Amino acid sequence: MKAVSIPSGTNLTALYRELVGDYPKFFKMDTLSKLGFLLTEMLLQGTEGRFTPREDRAVLVFSRNGSLANDINYAKRMEDFPSPALFVYTLPNIVAGEISIRNKYEGETSAYVLENYDRQLIESIVREAFQDRITRDAIVAWIDCRSDSEWTAQAWIETK
Amino acid sequence: MTKVYCIGEGLYTPLGSTVDTVLEAVREGKSARLFDRSGYSGASFFEHIALEASRNALKGIEITPGTGFVLSTTKGNVEHIGKEDISLAASAARIAGALGIKTKPIVVSNACISGIAALLQGVRMIRSGEYDKVIVTGAEVHSDFIHSGFDCLKALSPEPCRPFDKDREGLNLGEAAAAIVLSSCHSEPSSCHSEPSSCHSERSEESFEISDGVIRNDANHISGPSRTGEGSYKCLRYVMENVRKEDIAFISVHGTATPYNDEMESVALYRAGLSDVPINALKGNFGHTLGAAGILEAIVSMAALEKGIVLPTKGFHEMGVTYPVNVSALERPASGKLIIKLLSGFGGVNGAMVFRKGGAQ
Repeated sequence: MKAVSIPSGTNLTALYRELVGDYPKFFKMDTLSKLGFLLTEMLLQGTEGRFTPREDRAVLVFSRNGSLANDINYAKRMEDFPSPALFVYTLPNIVAGEISIRNKYEGETSAYVLENYDRQLIESIVREAFQDRITRDAIVAWIDCRSDSEWTAQAWIETK
Repeated sequence: MTKVYCIGEGLYTPLGSTVDTVLEAVREGKSARLFDRSGYSGASFFEHIALEASRNALKGIEITPGTGFVLSTTKGNVEHIGKEDISLAASAARIAGALGIKTKPIVVSNACISGIAALLQGVRMIRSGEYDKVIVTGAEVHSDFIHSGFDCLKALSPEPCRPFDKDREGLNLGEAAAAIVLSSCHSEPSSCHSEPSSCHSERSEESFEISDGVIRNDANHISGPSRTGEGSYKCLRYVMENVRKEDIAFISVHGTATPYNDEMESVALYRAGLSDVPINALKGNFGHTLGAAGILEAIVSMAALEKGIVLPTKGFHEMGVTYPVNVSALERPASGKLIIKLLSGFGGVNGAMVFRKGGAQ
């Protein structure tokens, strides 16, 4: 099983330029979404038939801190004129939405928050997600973004 | 496949804390969106209401070592941001601990469809055979944080919200908690200790079964609903594989009363061939309760079908969506044996769930 990760503190803009370069929406994403976007690029680049709309692949994102890093960014700007875009990223599932938009995944997307990185529990939840009658595989990611410079980020694909 | 039943339902809302009280309030067209917090002095109002609703749902039900816990919320304790650990995982652990749950809690935070996503997670946990009961609790409290966000999105209505109405101007935010206990057995406690097939009780006549559920993404935009209602339509198409249209008593739609959401839902219902099925929306009574909405609205809808009625859509007067839909402006008799609950949310997520009346096939 192919698995990818992005070390904490990596320069994400540089990584984006190296891997993609032509998806300007990247720059409005929060760190959590940037990490999810880049992890899936690392997983999927060169895959045959990529970007063809499909309903049979789920995107399941796990973490301990959810959108907390961006919640803090938003709370700091609340008193002034916060941008609507910044608020939307204060939800842990937006990263799954960004991955879906990029890859045209029209299947199940969900975000789970767990007390810690518990591979066994994650595997059970992924297996349970395969009860969906159409889902055949899933992009699974543990992206725990503690701040804009400190995170654990890894992703892999699981098949039913 | 293992059948999964709702064996306990609990509410804690500004309109009341028992299912009967809340149902009557909705029938009378009452509305209350925020709690009166005077008299509360604890550390976390969010965890307090989640616990109250959970305890109400658990009345007469025993927590076993194999009981799971799923929490549905978007922002949890965010009102305390900057002052303490507001992580959703920590909240879930405290709530689970207070309830005496021994398994590891799971938080589902899937924007405004969290309630359906959490119930679906609970249903799947029962079907996996690894849990004998799962309590699924949805809760959301109002905060400056959430208000500020929806305000800057220009999604808030200055007036009481008007789902599907031509003069709708946006949503009202609400707060509430709601909980459902799921089990493969119809009932609690003593009659059920072995195979699901051996479960017999008085309650089996009335327990609703969650017979299907699904989540689909629009893959279109993170904050704007799809113009073609793509994800919501796909959800309806999925659940309709196992539903006869004439069996649907009503569809409890998301109906936030934002111009885009309601329009999108009308497109999805039309595409699914469900324009003539009665629909209603409860946001005019409770406001949009975010992570609690799916569970709260499901419980109230089940109680309505039990009484044989389709609840009124408070705030709706004149049709304000492009595609034909059969909005219940006033209470009317329900015919049919199941309810479909619909939700949509930021991140392009949509969900649908089927609640089948006890004994109905």
